[in-house]
Amino acid sequence: MKLVKAIVRPSRLPDVLRALYAADITGLTVSRVRGHGGEVEVVETYRGTTVKMEMHDKVMIDIGVSDTFVDIAVDAICGSAATGSVGDGKIFVLPVERVIRVRTGEEDVAAVTPVR
Amino acid sequence: MTRKKICVLTVLGLLVPSVFAQEADAISGGDTSWLLVSTALVLLMTPALAFFYGGLVRSKNALNTMMMSFVALGISGTLWAVAGYSLAFGVGGDWIGDFSMAFLAGVGLEPSGTTPHLLFMGFQGTFAIITAALISGALVERMKFVSYVIFIGLWGLAVYAPVCHWVWGGGWLGGMGALDFAGGAVVHVNAGVAALVAARVLGPRKDYGREALLPHNVPFVLLGAGILWFGWFGFNGGSALAADGIAALALVNTLLAPAAGIFAWTLLDRFTTGKITAVGIATAIVVGLVAITPAAGFVSPGGALALGAVGVIPSYYLIRWRTRTSFDDSLDVFAAHGMGGIMGALLTGVLATTAINAGGANGLLFGGGVTQLGIQALSVLAVAVYSGVLTYLILKLVGLVTKLRADSSDEGLGMDIVAHGEEAYATGEGAVLLNEAEAPERVNGLTKKD
Repeated sequence: MKLVKAIVRPSRLPDVLRALYAADITGLTVSRVRGHGGEVEVVETYRGTTVKMEMHDKVMIDIGVSDTFVDIAVDAICGSAATGSVGDGKIFVLPVERVIRVRTGEEDVAAVTPVR
Repeated sequence: MTRKKICVLTVLGLLVPSVFAQEADAISGGDTSWLLVSTALVLLMTPALAFFYGGLVRSKNALNTMMMSFVALGISGTLWAVAGYSLAFGVGGDWIGDFSMAFLAGVGLEPSGTTPHLLFMGFQGTFAIITAALISGALVERMKFVSYVIFIGLWGLAVYAPVCHWVWGGGWLGGMGALDFAGGAVVHVNAGVAALVAARVLGPRKDYGREALLPHNVPFVLLGAGILWFGWFGFNGGSALAADGIAALALVNTLLAPAAGIFAWTLLDRFTTGKITAVGIATAIVVGLVAITPAAGFVSPGGALALGAVGVIPSYYLIRWRTRTSFDDSLDVFAAHGMGGIMGALLTGVLATTAINAGGANGLLFGGGVTQLGIQALSVLAVAVYSGVLTYLILKLVGLVTKLRADSSDEGLGMDIVAHGEEAYATGEGAVLLNEAEAPERVNGLTKKD
């Protein structure tokens, strides 16, 4: 069991979701986050107050998958989220101790297998 | 009273000795009060339009969209005083005015009808501003801001002013007897067709048809529609240019037609999609207002109800059809203003009656035959063709000087940051204060020279 945690550009999210669904990965959680990945800073001015926006809007996608699906998920995200510019994001793959599906009490692989 | 008559009176007032002019046309306190209020009401419509349009776009483009309306207050307002008013209401010929009143030469406190000439100029200026701003709905989320500013500046002088002259300034359409009480053809068909052409020249947004491009703030849309309605009482009511029965008629018709429009629209919504939508009601208000605009002072209140209910139907189906095509008139300016204006202009030729306004004409249903309807159709056609061709040429001209569209990556980032260096909903998290010396050479991908 692994947790795939991907941080991508908001503008790429529709493509990423499309690629994940196409790869049969349908259980996921999306959150809006702000972060910095070394890209060019955005400079903004509000009535003479000039600021450098160091944090950029990103979205974080959390996906719990069985081991066989890790590479499939990573490839789908990389293929759909990349623009070639600095700031495209990161993917972290983390070990997971237990997964429980709340509705049925199923655990681990059974809990992350999509319901047909 | 038609605007042409006012204009002729104005010209006479300038030519004859002022003592005689004072006897012929005295300024009426009542009429002037109402026109003063109406001018302020119509001006408020442009910020209202900013909220209407701003709510309909994605949050990363909210400021840019609202700025497209707000900048028209500056550009179109200034150019109206510089030359626009003179080109629209100068004596000139059948097709365009002249430069005799450029920089407001000779536009003073003398009577124009029963109100000061200067006030008439200001009132008309607020129409020029909102007409230019209306077009922006077709260009949002992708047009370069500088190109937009140049475009509406040229458009106001080369398209709005001549068309205004044709109908209201003593030109050929007014002379033929075309009825356009407050701007069905001059404002709405004109802006609607310009939007249609501009959307085609610019091309669709890069995400159009690939992603759902949803309104980011529907309460803004409702707020904008509500304030537009409020301002429209000045737009139509003020176009009587007097505080009299015709102004009352126009104001009540402006209340009734959108009401009937909401009624028809919600029925269509309920039986087509199963739900009565908020964005739908906001749109129905605007289309109903557009439809009654040319007819406001020429039809009975019953006629206004019929006109509002029937007038919105083509727009409803046009919007549904348009969103399924590759044609990205983003905020449906043509469907709302172009189509609504066409319906209003034609229905004026059907429902107008001299029983309620002796200065108007009789339409198809009131013994006027098809004559008036034919004149109305010709006025729509003439305005549409002229506006379409000139809009195309102006955009191509601006395109020679500067790019019309933002780069694809900028479009992805959002026009607020790219064009204005501001965000509509900045939280301030992660913002680092910069002093002058620290300001980077390259800002948002642009050097300072760009």
